[in-house]
Parts: sequence; structure tokens; C-alpha cells
Amino acid sequence: MLVLAFDTATPAVTAALHDGERVLAESTTVDARRHGELLVPTIETVLREAGAVLADVTVVVAGAGPGPYTGLRVGLMTAQALAASLGVPAYGVCTLDAVAYGSGLSEPFLVATDARRKEVFWGHYEDMRTRLSGPAVSRPHDLPADLPLVGAGARMYAEVVGASRLLDAPEYPFAGALASLAAEQLGEPDIREVVESGTHPVLSTPRPVYLRRPDAQVPAAPKKVGT
Amino acid sequence: MSDEPLVLGIETSCDETGIGIVRGHTLLANTIASSVDEHARFGGVVPEVASRAHLEAMTPTVERALEQAGLRFSDIDAIAVTAGPGLAGALLVGVAAAKAYALGLGVPLYGVNHLAAHVAVDQLEHGALPKPCIAMLVSGGHSSLLLVPDVAKDVISLGSTVDDAAGEAFDKVARVLGLPFPGGPYIDRAARDGSGTAIAFPRGKYDDGTLDFSFSGLKTAVARWVEARERSGEPIHVPDVAASFQEAVVDVLTRKALQACREHGVQDLLIGGGVAANSRLRALAQERCDAAGVRLRVPRPGLCTDNGAMVATLGSDLVAAGVTPSSLEIPADSSLPITTVHV
Ligand SMILES: Nc1ncnc2c1ncn2[C@@H]1O[C@H](COP(=O)(O)OP(=O)(O)OP(=O)(O)O)[C@@H](O)[C@H]1O
Ligand SMILES: [Mg+2]
Repeated sequence: MLVLAFDTATPAVTAALHDGERVLAESTTVDARRHGELLVPTIETVLREAGAVLADVTVVVAGAGPGPYTGLRVGLMTAQALAASLGVPAYGVCTLDAVAYGSGLSEPFLVATDARRKEVFWGHYEDMRTRLSGPAVSRPHDLPADLPLVGAGARMYAEVVGASRLLDAPEYPFAGALASLAAEQLGEPDIREVVESGTHPVLSTPRPVYLRRPDAQVPAAPKKVGT
Repeated sequence: MSDEPLVLGIETSCDETGIGIVRGHTLLANTIASSVDEHARFGGVVPEVASRAHLEAMTPTVERALEQAGLRFSDIDAIAVTAGPGLAGALLVGVAAAKAYALGLGVPLYGVNHLAAHVAVDQLEHGALPKPCIAMLVSGGHSSLLLVPDVAKDVISLGSTVDDAAGEAFDKVARVLGLPFPGGPYIDRAARDGSGTAIAFPRGKYDDGTLDFSFSGLKTAVARWVEARERSGEPIHVPDVAASFQEAVVDVLTRKALQACREHGVQDLLIGGGVAANSRLRALAQERCDAAGVRLRVPRPGLCTDNGAMVATLGSDLVAAGVTPSSLEIPADSSLPITTVHV
């Protein structure tokens, strides 16, 4: 197994290779405005560092969001097209799950990432592997009280949520964590069918989770003009 | 000719996900998925709606193109993609896909200019472009006159609209007349039952000597005329308004296109872009070209509006010209100037 994983649903453009047992290479650049330019070079970096070539990749995994849409689409489009051209499957994993996995926590907590417009994308976790609710989008002061928080969206709104609730854990969905989380699932029999049926708890088809409708105003009805 | 490279072209600058496959100037597949119906109720293209639709449509539209051409991924020799101009978020989806296909297949990538691709596509129907030619590009976002010494290398801008694009004027006037979006084809159809001389609408920049256009005054004049009629309760004959408006646009376009040919001593005129599908524009251009001894080339309507074949065609010209492929780090450039044929 050689998993190529990447995520572009936060300011971090991050890619990793995982051989089913461990992360072979990981590379991350934080630049919220250049996902489209950075992703391919980041993938090339991890291939080079792992001494692998694309033809060795057996599965592509991408963060499915939620996250700012423009960047999110870069990762998912890349996953779909790369997998199609390599003839391998592509899967999505909730971006918040990768942040949760990276925390290594074994007690309940919230993950929050920046959703722009003064909101956060968030999820409620039982532990690093188990999402209890979400993903959802809310204003930071509407997040459930008391639980500790992980993720860049929590740090951004530290004053609102209370700085004492912030945990010291990786704040982005680093691709090493994403790949490890996915690799734990990929050995299951019939994994492709289960994912396509939409019932798998971690893996999904590589489609975006937006959580919001597109902003668009329906204009006043055009006037009726005679014949 | 089978030693010519097979190029797959990807177009996502606006609301059409277009995939084309060519070998040289031979069209092998041209598939399209449009989000136009999703935009219709908003009266114009909503960028986020278009971007979402491109992501949904991309891989199935590519599969359909391969099927149509009877090819497999491994047959593809190069990928071409619209790098700009267009809607930033929409372009980005196509560019991301193109890079991934190029990376996955191990073939070169060519990021191309959407407007130059609208010019290049005519070669699928009418063979290699004469060097030089004059190209008039009239679409929803652009109205430009170009001197084209070599579409793969050198495109010179002679003039463009100072306000609305021609297609934009068609769409806005259609809205005033209660016709569906995008309005160009509906005006074209309505105008067939009307008279182009029924109402004397203004022709912006008609005699100013430049090769620039202006359509916003015309659009406002039509809106005012319609409002005045409504206020006074007089009937409005939509076919006459459509025909008279269309005549004003087409009169200015063809006049300036021939002015450009004259000024640059060029005998070949090409018209491209969505508005080139307009039946009256095609007819009047032919009439005036015949009178001036200029050869006219207009691709069939299906190749005038946005499509992937046009991108593949320009990509094929770039391969043939030995142009260095694009890096896999190219950005999408929503305001890529027409003078930059490839990035
Ligand atoms: N028969 C027609 N008569 C007039 N206008 C037409 C006709 N058919 C299409 N159009 C117009 O062409 C435009 C669409 O053309 P095209 O797809 O080339 O442009 P675009 O993608 O919107 O813009 P651009 O190419 O500048 O980015 C629309 O404005 C449409 O109304
Ligand atoms: Mg166009």
C-alpha cells in the first residue's frame, strides 16, 4: 500500500506518503492564497523525499473539508484527476477528522477551523478517532461551552472561546495525520463498495463538504414586456 | 498525420466545463457540461455556483471525451488548459485538474489564453490560419479586435470595448425584454420576425476612428425606449426592438472589423466568441467582406461558444511550434492579457 494524502481546506497546503505502516514523508506550506500553485510541488517533494514515483501510489486521499471553498476544490479536483489518470481509487476524509487525529487526544474535545465571515467549521470528538457531531459551521461564541478546543479556528477566536480552553496540539490537518487515519481503514475488505455506499465512518467519495449554499441573490423578477 | 500529438484541452473560465481532444487540427472529441440552467434564475453567472459545478462535472466530462474519441488516458500526449482570463475560482478548478492529469500521465502541460483559443479553434473547420489575420472576438466578457501574426506566438490588441462586451449587451437587453438568460440566442431568434430599421438606436464610437467599441449607451437607450413605451402604455413589439438593437451592435462590429483589415492591409478576417453565433452578424459580415474583397472565416456556432476543443487546438499549435511547456506551478490568472498567448 502506498497512500498519497493531501489537504488544502485550511491555509496549510500539506501532502504526505504512507506505506500502510508509517508516514514516509510529509511536507507542508502555510499560504492561504496559493493552494493551486503549491499543491503539485508539495506532492513532488514528498515523492522525492520518500524515494517513490507516482506509479507506485495505490490510493489517493484528500481532505474533503469543510474549508474555504477555493482552496478546498484544488485538493479534491487534484485527487479526482490524479486518481483517474493513475487508475487508482480516491477517497475523501473530513478535514476536521485529520486535525482531531493529529491531536492524539483520548478525551472529549472540539476541533475548530477558520470558516471566514467570522465563523468556524467545527466538530465534537469523543477522542482522536471518533466524531460525535459535526462538521458544522457556527459563530465561535455559539460553540458548546466547557470542552477543550483544538485547531486554528479556536486560536483565532481565543478571546471569544477563552484562551484557557485551547489545547497545545497541531492546529492544521497535517497530511501525515490524514494519511495515517485513512491507512487504518484501507485494509478493510470491500472498502471501495462501502465508501461508495456512503456508510463508511471515516472515508467518503472525494467530494467537497461545503456546509453553506453559494452566495447569490435572485434579482427582482424581470419586467414583463408586451409582444 | 498520425504522428501529430494528441492534445486534451480543458476549459472552465466561465459556466461551461468543456473538454476537447484534437490531433493536430483534427477534432476527435468535444464534450461539455454546462451550469447555465443553475445561473438562469440569478440573471447572470454566479461564480461560486459555476466553480462547484466544474468540480462535479470535470472527471465525467473527461471520461465522456475519451469515450467519444475511442481513446484511453495513456494515448494522450499533452494537456492544455485555459489559464485565463475568466472567473478566478472557475479557472482554478480547470487548472488544478489539468496539472493533475499532466502529472499523473507524465505529459506536458500548456496553460493557454482563453481568447487566443477562441481564435485558434477556427482551424478545426477551415484549416491553418493565414498569417497574419484580423480576429474579432465577441463574447459574454470580451469584445476585441486583434491583429494575429501567429496565434501560437503573437497576438496584438488593436482595440476593445471601453464598457460592456457585446454579449453582455445582448444579455442585458434580453433581460429588459423579458427574454431568458443568456439572452443572445433569444434576441437572435426574436429579431428574425422584426425589422432592424424599426427603431434608430445609437451606435457608440461609430465614427471616432478608433478600433474600440462601446455598447453601454446602446443598452441604456434600449432600456429607456422600453420604459418610455411602458409608461405611455404603448405596445412594445419585441421582435422590432430585438432586431433594431441587434442591427446597431452588428453594424458597429462589422464596420470596425473591416476598418481594422483596411488599416493593417490584411485580407483575412476571423470572427470568434459566443456572439459570432449570431445569424445577423454572420450575414452582415459576409456581405461587407465580399464588398471589400476580404475573406471571412467564422467557426460553426458550437465552436464559437466556450468549449474544450478550442483549448486543445491552441495547445496543439503550441506543441507544433515547439513552445516550452508550462510549469505545474502556474496560477490561474483571471485578467490574463490577450497578448499573453500561453503562460
Ligand atoms: N446567437 C447569438 N446572438 C448573440 N449573442 C449570442 C448568441 N449566442 C450566444 N451569444 C452570446 O454569447 C455569449 C457567450 O459567449 P461565450 O461562451 O464565448 O462567452 P463567455 O464565456 O460568457 O465570455 P468570455 O469568452 O469572454 O469569457 C453570451 O453573452 C450569449 O448571449
Ligand atoms: Mg468565451
